[in-house]
Amino acid sequence: MAYYPTRLKTRQTYSWVGRPLLDQKLHYHIYKEMSVKIEGSLTEIHIQVGQFVLIEGDDDENPYVAKLVELFEDDSEPHSKKRARVQWFIRFCEVPVSKRHLLGRKPAAQEIFWYDYPACNSNINAETIIGHVQVVALGPDEVLPMDLKDEKILFVKLSWNEKAFRPLSPELFAEFDKLQEAARSQKPVGVKTKSIESPSRTTAEHAIKRIESRHSTSKSRRTPSHPVTPRAKKKLELNGLGFPRTPNTRISQQNSGASLDSPGRSKRKVTLSEITSPTKRSQPDRLHTSSPALKAPQKTGEIQSSCAKDDKKASPDCHRILRTRVPALKTTEICEERTLTPIRGGWKSSVPSVVLKPENIKKREAEEPEAQDGATTTPHRIHRKSSLLTLNRIRQQLRFLGNSKSNQEEDEFLPAAEISDSSSEEEETSIPPLPRRTSSRLSRNLCSSMKSSLQTPSKTPKKTPKPSTPRHATPQIRSRNLAAQEPASVLEEARLRLHVSAVPETLPCREQEFQNIYNFVESKLLDHTGGCMYISGVPGTGKTATVHEVIRCLQQAAQANDVPSFQYIEVNGMKLTEPHQVYVQILQKLTGQKATANHAAELLAKRFLTRRSSQETTVLLVDELDLLWTQKQDIMYNLFDWPTHKEAQLVVLTIANTMDLPERIMMNRVSSRLGLTRMSFQPYTHSQLQQILISRLKHVKAFEDDAIQLVARKVAALSGDARRCLDICRRATEICEFSCQKPDSPGLVTVAHLLQAVDEMFSSSYITAIKNSSVLEQSFLRAILAEFRRSGLEEATFQQVYSQHVALCRMEGLPYPTMSETMAVCSHLGSCRLLLVESSRNDLLLRVRLNVSQDDVLYALKE
Amino acid sequence: MSSRKSKSNNLIHAELLSQVQRVLRERFCHQSPHSNLFGVQVQYKHLIELLKRTAIHGESNSVLIIGPRGSGKTTLINHALKELMEIEEVSENVLQVHLNGLLQINDKIALKEITRQLNLENVVGDKVFGSFAENLSFLLEALKKGDRSSSCPVIFILDEFDLFAHHKNQTLLYNLFDISQSAQTPLAVIGLTCRLDILELLEKRVKSRFSHRQIHLMNSFGFPQYLKIFKEQLSLPAEFPDKLFTEKWNESIQCLTEDRSVREVLQKHFNVSKNLRSLHMLLMLALNRVTTSHPFMTAADMMEAHQFCSMDSKANIVHGLSVLEICLIIAMKHLNDIYEEEPFNFQMVYNEFQKFVQRKAHSVYNFEKPVVMKAFEHLQQLELIRPMERTSVNTQREYQLMKLLLDNTQIMNALQKYPNCPTDVRQWATSSLSWL
Repeated sequence: MAYYPTRLKTRQTYSWVGRPLLDQKLHYHIYKEMSVKIEGSLTEIHIQVGQFVLIEGDDDENPYVAKLVELFEDDSEPHSKKRARVQWFIRFCEVPVSKRHLLGRKPAAQEIFWYDYPACNSNINAETIIGHVQVVALGPDEVLPMDLKDEKILFVKLSWNEKAFRPLSPELFAEFDKLQEAARSQKPVGVKTKSIESPSRTTAEHAIKRIESRHSTSKSRRTPSHPVTPRAKKKLELNGLGFPRTPNTRISQQNSGASLDSPGRSKRKVTLSEITSPTKRSQPDRLHTSSPALKAPQKTGEIQSSCAKDDKKASPDCHRILRTRVPALKTTEICEERTLTPIRGGWKSSVPSVVLKPENIKKREAEEPEAQDGATTTPHRIHRKSSLLTLNRIRQQLRFLGNSKSNQEEDEFLPAAEISDSSSEEEETSIPPLPRRTSSRLSRNLCSSMKSSLQTPSKTPKKTPKPSTPRHATPQIRSRNLAAQEPASVLEEARLRLHVSAVPETLPCREQEFQNIYNFVESKLLDHTGGCMYISGVPGTGKTATVHEVIRCLQQAAQANDVPSFQYIEVNGMKLTEPHQVYVQILQKLTGQKATANHAAELLAKRFLTRRSSQETTVLLVDELDLLWTQKQDIMYNLFDWPTHKEAQLVVLTIANTMDLPERIMMNRVSSRLGLTRMSFQPYTHSQLQQILISRLKHVKAFEDDAIQLVARKVAALSGDARRCLDICRRATEICEFSCQKPDSPGLVTVAHLLQAVDEMFSSSYITAIKNSSVLEQSFLRAILAEFRRSGLEEATFQQVYSQHVALCRMEGLPYPTMSETMAVCSHLGSCRLLLVESSRNDLLLRVRLNVSQDDVLYALKE
Repeated sequence: MSSRKSKSNNLIHAELLSQVQRVLRERFCHQSPHSNLFGVQVQYKHLIELLKRTAIHGESNSVLIIGPRGSGKTTLINHALKELMEIEEVSENVLQVHLNGLLQINDKIALKEITRQLNLENVVGDKVFGSFAENLSFLLEALKKGDRSSSCPVIFILDEFDLFAHHKNQTLLYNLFDISQSAQTPLAVIGLTCRLDILELLEKRVKSRFSHRQIHLMNSFGFPQYLKIFKEQLSLPAEFPDKLFTEKWNESIQCLTEDRSVREVLQKHFNVSKNLRSLHMLLMLALNRVTTSHPFMTAADMMEAHQFCSMDSKANIVHGLSVLEICLIIAMKHLNDIYEEEPFNFQMVYNEFQKFVQRKAHSVYNFEKPVVMKAFEHLQQLELIRPMERTSVNTQREYQLMKLLLDNTQIMNALQKYPNCPTDVRQWATSSLSWL
């Protein structure tokens, strides 16, 4: 990675070049050019309006990128400052983590996005500019060069407006075009130009191409561009312009022919290659090159058709040789195509499924998943004919192809044998080494993909991503083979709706709280300020659910542009191993970076306490706040301190159980920062619980009305925990189902069923346990009671109880209990926690206490 | 001729008997899901229905199976899992994770074990990489990805559940229960514990997330059922190779069940403990007495086994003591009587012993003080006496306070059986004043 020194390390002096133009109205002096002199070296950088510049940012490795729009000096302020107005570009790592998936593919290392977001502050201090950078615009069908030696070139292909990635508009292209020309005229050497598209395409043409080339685009996009040979490409462009449309349509035809129209044919080809070719990756080449021969004659393709014929004639043995020749030819073809079709939705359709599906071992369905997996790793094993799969595989292949080809371009000639070597090695590793008890049912592929990247990094450099980009592994439990059954009966339906996990459309009985939280967050969002809120309430009162609901509503509002968009992050104290891990989690969710706790804390502080260019409010939900308590309380302090800074734009919502947590455990300086925006969720009353149940069971008639009221009252009297209420109802439906004789038409859940469920859940099991204990155990309990009564204490040593026990046994005609037996009985009762006993090391002297009230024991022993 | 025949008969018998012993011992020792369940049909139905709902409908659940030790918790869950896995649509749709609180003593180890058993992405071979925090977030991420209808349900079985509740912050339990209460990968969390107060151990947030389903196993059978279990446990299965022998064996077991003395033995055993494991222990001891010359179990075997089971371990130790040591114990007993269980030291015991020796010099040899000290230390090593506080270097051993760990009744019983006990010593034991 390039490292851009900032002012902190080398002093730079900024000075204007040329005469200023005065803007009377704003008291601005507008300049055209600025020079930056780096102290110690003689070089001087001239920066002109219209150029692309790097701007100092949070991250020294990835400074901000922008296009300079205007340079001016602001006279209105007492200390006149050099200011600049810029059009921002955004790097992928600056895109909020939550929205990164919208791109739908992996970003290239040097890819940036046109930041199309007017709300962003574009006025910056000119002295933060570091230097030039080269930005190249690419058409949507062009391929981002994967490996460039020169890190000073960035590529822009899409624009980002905080909601979606869009292709660059033709106007922007034209602008880039101009700039490029200008740049080239200035610096003829050292700049590697890209093909420049003519945006003057008729839309009709576009439409046709879009339809035709849904699939072909994926192919073309994966093929590498030619950064090393700009001259050759230039020529080819001219060549391409000479024959405007044909190659393009031809390719799309050929592709659709190969992939969709004739699955049979592609199948045949596949099998052919399966039998003949030892190099797996050569297969798409063959596909690619042999099909033109089947098609109509070409206009451009003198070379191509000959190549294709070559290919056709070639025996499988000389396939390897052919292979090395083909890509060179093909790149020319692709280049042509690219110059012709600037706008194509290729980036959309070509997204391969990145999530590796774990392989299923199930025999019945073994074929299909294997084929799918095969598409990613072992293409030669495919047996399925379905066109969809073929298509999928071709895409994957092309991806590989693209990789391997750019590889070849780099080092001129990479023997095909080596590639096949590495891939076969992968295959070997993909066989799990140990068939474990569970492993046979589990994701093999996940494990293997990891392993191959571990073990063969040198052989497959293309597949291991750059160390700087985090590997986005998506951990996943494997999916089931059979879909879960849908509920069949009314009771099952009711049970599904009553499950705590079922998310209701609305949260009844929490309207007021919802409104309060909503208003709080919304006001902060609108004002672009920060703040804290503390939410308390006993478990199961809907705290987290309400906040989630608020966030969901706000996100919808943000999408409708009613409120500014914001970034939402959630951390849970209980889901951390250690309080300081909270920094790591926040940082990871915020930026996707991984860091140690201390480093993460520093980065977050830097992020929240310094001015940023793209200002977006962050909403942070901290659940189970009390677990973030540490001796120094530095975590809580930081969490509540950040929002007080203007730059942070951070809204912190904290949730905990106890109402007086701030007073009880927080130091003054922490609780003072938390502020007084508090909210407490009261336990649900019985009418509220009833309403919740009714709203959940809106269209399902499974419960008697009385039953619902009963359970609501029971739970409200006990805890007011909505989870409990739902669980009881769920259990009651089960009891109802069991008790009902006819399984097809179970009746309504009655009061009796609910009472049984309540009993099961809340009744103490001590009495039944005593009733069911053995005779000796019961008499030991009696002896304990007798000893307690004798001594008047609630505690006795084992020896005392033992003598009582012996006496009792004699009275009741039981055989004499030996010490060992009695000790066994005692420890047995102790393990059930009917008794509280010391460790049995103390032997005769161990102290015994009852864990149940004496009355309960007496009651249980009576019968 | 006849002798040879009987010899070959014996050979067959030996072969058969070793087979019988193998079959029965396997039954007693393994908690195999093949054996029958006794008296827990209702609980079993509850559990299996719950597991089926998780496996088939993808409904998350949590349940605790509570019962005293040896009440068949593990057998119940093994049975249920076996039946579940036999259902065709379930067998390959379900993942199982088995954890034991005695093995996974903290969340870090538990997480690694879960990841290993689920064979997630960061498992390489047998090892799980990454720090504790990474593992946790990785696992949570993995479980979060799923949803009710498409993800493979995971059944977590937490043996010795109460020990998991002692983990720091109960992080693991919170997360498992939280997932089981949210729309993520379907989970069935099954905890096995013998503690009746388990819910009090759970932290309030964890408790709120637990569904409060409890299945109690209480050994709620009576003596007639106990007899039936006894018979069933000893009977040979129908698939035993030698039909004739099986018949004979089972007949003898039937006789045994009807025998009065055997019933008495069983009743006694039943009174002490309803635990099936202790029954197995008894049967195991009885089974060991079966030999070629004694091919069928008899009532005497049972009685002997019971005697063996109910033996007092400390009385056995006392039987093996020397006369001097017995004398010391008797002296300690008298001290206990005189000073009402107050602790004593060696000097007091030695004085008491001296008094006795001076009176009855002819019956007990007057040992030197160091010898008596040695005997005293031996008693301490056998843990028949116990120092009140830890032994430190600077306290004089003669004056360290001790307590006797034998009950008076135990001492008297042991003395009665003590071989070759001098009469004077026996008399001294019954009364401390006998020398007067």
